[in-house]
Amino acid sequence: MVEVHLWSGLRSLTGGQQVVEVEAKTTGDLLRELVKLHPQLQAPIDAGVSIAIDGRVIASGLTEPIPEGSEIYLMQRLRGG
Amino acid sequence: MALDDRKSEFTFVGTRPNRPDGLDKVTGRAKFGADMSAPGMLHGAILRSPHAHARIVKIDTSKAEAHKDVKAVVTRADFADVPFKPGLEGEFWNVLENVMAGEKALYDGHAVAAVAATSALAARDALKLIEVEYEVLPHVTDVDKAMASDAPVIREGAADYSVPEGMHPNVVRYHESGHGDVEAGFAEADLVIEDSFVTEATHQGYIEPHACLGMLGNDGKGELWCTTQGHWIAQKTCAALLGIETSQLRVTASEIGGGFGGKTTVFIEPVALALSRKANRPVKLVMTRSEVFRATGPTSSASMDIKIGMKKDGTISAAQGVFRLQGGAFPGAPGDMTAMCAFAPYNLTNVKQVGYDVMANRPKQAAYRAPGAPMGAFAVESVIDELCKKLDLDPVDVRLKNAAYEGTKASYGPRYERIGLVETLEAAKAHPHYSAPLKPGQGRGISCGFWFNHGGETSVSLSLSEDGSAQLMVGTPDIGGSRASMALMAAEVLGIPYENIRVTIADTATLGYNDVSHGSRVTYASGLATIKAANHAVEKLCERAAASWGIPTDAVKWENGCAVPSGPNAGDFDPRPLADITAHMGSTGGPISGHFEATPEGAGVSFGTHIVDAEVDPETGKTAITRYTVVQDAGKAIHPTYVEGQYQGGAAQGIGWALNEEYIYGEDGRLQNSIFLDYRIPVASDLPMIDTVIVEVPNPGHPFGVRGVGETGIVPPLAAIANAVSHAAGVRMRQLPMSPPRILAALKDNG
Repeated sequence: MVEVHLWSGLRSLTGGQQVVEVEAKTTGDLLRELVKLHPQLQAPIDAGVSIAIDGRVIASGLTEPIPEGSEIYLMQRLRGG
Repeated sequence: MALDDRKSEFTFVGTRPNRPDGLDKVTGRAKFGADMSAPGMLHGAILRSPHAHARIVKIDTSKAEAHKDVKAVVTRADFADVPFKPGLEGEFWNVLENVMAGEKALYDGHAVAAVAATSALAARDALKLIEVEYEVLPHVTDVDKAMASDAPVIREGAADYSVPEGMHPNVVRYHESGHGDVEAGFAEADLVIEDSFVTEATHQGYIEPHACLGMLGNDGKGELWCTTQGHWIAQKTCAALLGIETSQLRVTASEIGGGFGGKTTVFIEPVALALSRKANRPVKLVMTRSEVFRATGPTSSASMDIKIGMKKDGTISAAQGVFRLQGGAFPGAPGDMTAMCAFAPYNLTNVKQVGYDVMANRPKQAAYRAPGAPMGAFAVESVIDELCKKLDLDPVDVRLKNAAYEGTKASYGPRYERIGLVETLEAAKAHPHYSAPLKPGQGRGISCGFWFNHGGETSVSLSLSEDGSAQLMVGTPDIGGSRASMALMAAEVLGIPYENIRVTIADTATLGYNDVSHGSRVTYASGLATIKAANHAVEKLCERAAASWGIPTDAVKWENGCAVPSGPNAGDFDPRPLADITAHMGSTGGPISGHFEATPEGAGVSFGTHIVDAEVDPETGKTAITRYTVVQDAGKAIHPTYVEGQYQGGAAQGIGWALNEEYIYGEDGRLQNSIFLDYRIPVASDLPMIDTVIVEVPNPGHPFGVRGVGETGIVPPLAAIANAVSHAAGVRMRQLPMSPPRILAALKDNG
């Protein structure tokens, strides 16, 4: 199990929870599990999210492994110029 | 991506050879967007709305169509949502709506129709024959007014899931993040300052206007030549907007005369293709400067409220920001990025940031170097400066005291990996500029800045020639000297001279998909891909050498451009240089190439610290920047001259944004200053020499330690200059640009 920290703007979609625990081996699993637990998270995920694993920001990849016990943050998808 | 080949000693990387495209560019041989022609080519021109907000009641194109020189006229009906491919949605729909207006013209300059004619003059004349009946609607161009309850609604239903109930429909996205308890933090502070700031929209100001040549047949096969930061996104978007298969449109990127984020989308390209499809001839479209200003991406304008609490020793106890960004008549203003970047340089226990994306009757904002970050830094770093002044603290020491480092919980959530902010602050403090005396009437400002950087989808192909030279194909248009950086990285791996490598920006038909040259990703991602592709070729070179020696491949290693036995047990063979192996490659297994296709994840964030001296003339309000120093972490500078160029360019554009550049709208919602005479970008005589210091704290996510450098350099200037000007003028400047009339007004208000 890993704890996924959401940005506070998402609390309205998770019944006030800002940290959600999921079973996930990859970034793709993680997003699927989040939606399973909180279906309303589908909208922000569809709009684009990045996932930080122990500080390393995964911009879009769904196959990145998630080590047990790592610190996970969901972030809005980054855009650049 | 596991990086087991990290390198810290270099032969070619870190040197400063001439850029491979230099001669072409100084002799005029380089072909830019408008330099391409084709037999039978027509010239296009676009009719634009003179109204900021109007319903298009009727468009009558019959007179234009009847003109002898006109070969095609298109309106929205000629694009994909009707009748070719109904149901275009999301960003594709937004781009289409921007490329050619549908039911409403949403801003002054919005395209409503286009013609193709036998000459550019005939095309422009024919526009006058198109009759458009408008029903003019109320408009709004200011971000705060666009959020007010009485603001005209630009588009119902544009808001996404994130917008809290009760907000005006022009608020289309909302972001909130942070950690700790800001109220408790403010209660602990010895001084709390709360202030508000405003910045106007600026344009990326690239010298080359948008230009393209499009050919599209009724069989759905097409060719497009255009100036762009990303020809695969141009291919994908044009195909969607025209209802054709992506792979049937081949797009070639011209040389690019500046982009800075503004050429990461399409404007005229789908129009040229639609005209071509209708006329069955190639169509060239070139924007005027006025069209560039009125209808292509400026930045967002911003309105921001900042509250920061500080203890007497300089510790920030809490920080809060509200950032409202106006991004034109479409969703997309980067209020979320502004919020996430604003406090990112600091190690904060209590922080909260809120960002709004607000629509108004202006052109669709486009990315501009570190989109959203410079405005937020301006507001936050101004308040920190004011706190330092009131508490009599040194501004660099205060930033060092609060600076984020490896393991700090970032204001936007996760903990930082290895970062180099502290090193930039220490280098700034040690720089002679920081301790140099100021003359009367001068002020000094400093600011930190942060940007995320990006990886993105990347394909690179490298092929070796029989004579031992190499061709490298990359898919990221060279917007800042990247061909030189790519050649240096390939030379480093292959062990052959820089001059023996030719780097080509491949078209969409000859290489796999590549994301746009944006997000400071090129030297990071295309560079990583180049290193991996070169390594792939080296593996094959080692295989050929091993076969010729009759030993296992793993008994061969690559050293200084030669295959050599990996140790005494591998056998005693003379080194085989690369050219010796490639000379026989046709008969020893065939051509040798290397490839890499992936989405590198690990771009590594970046920080900078700027020092600025400014002098304000109290009679005229004119500001002169008298000294400027940029200190920034590059991770590893592959070609230091072009890294310095990025730093200096960021400072130069920041000086323009801070002092003079702004979109000025009249009461009628029309842009008042759509030429360079009225929209003043800095010229050489406005700028001081800009000193640079390259800090190198290697990025753990790149084999050579590279961090992107293209964007971070424009984050600190607005704030650093505002702080310098505020000290020089003796009054806090809260609105950009700090043009002479605004400075005079501030001086007058201050008595």
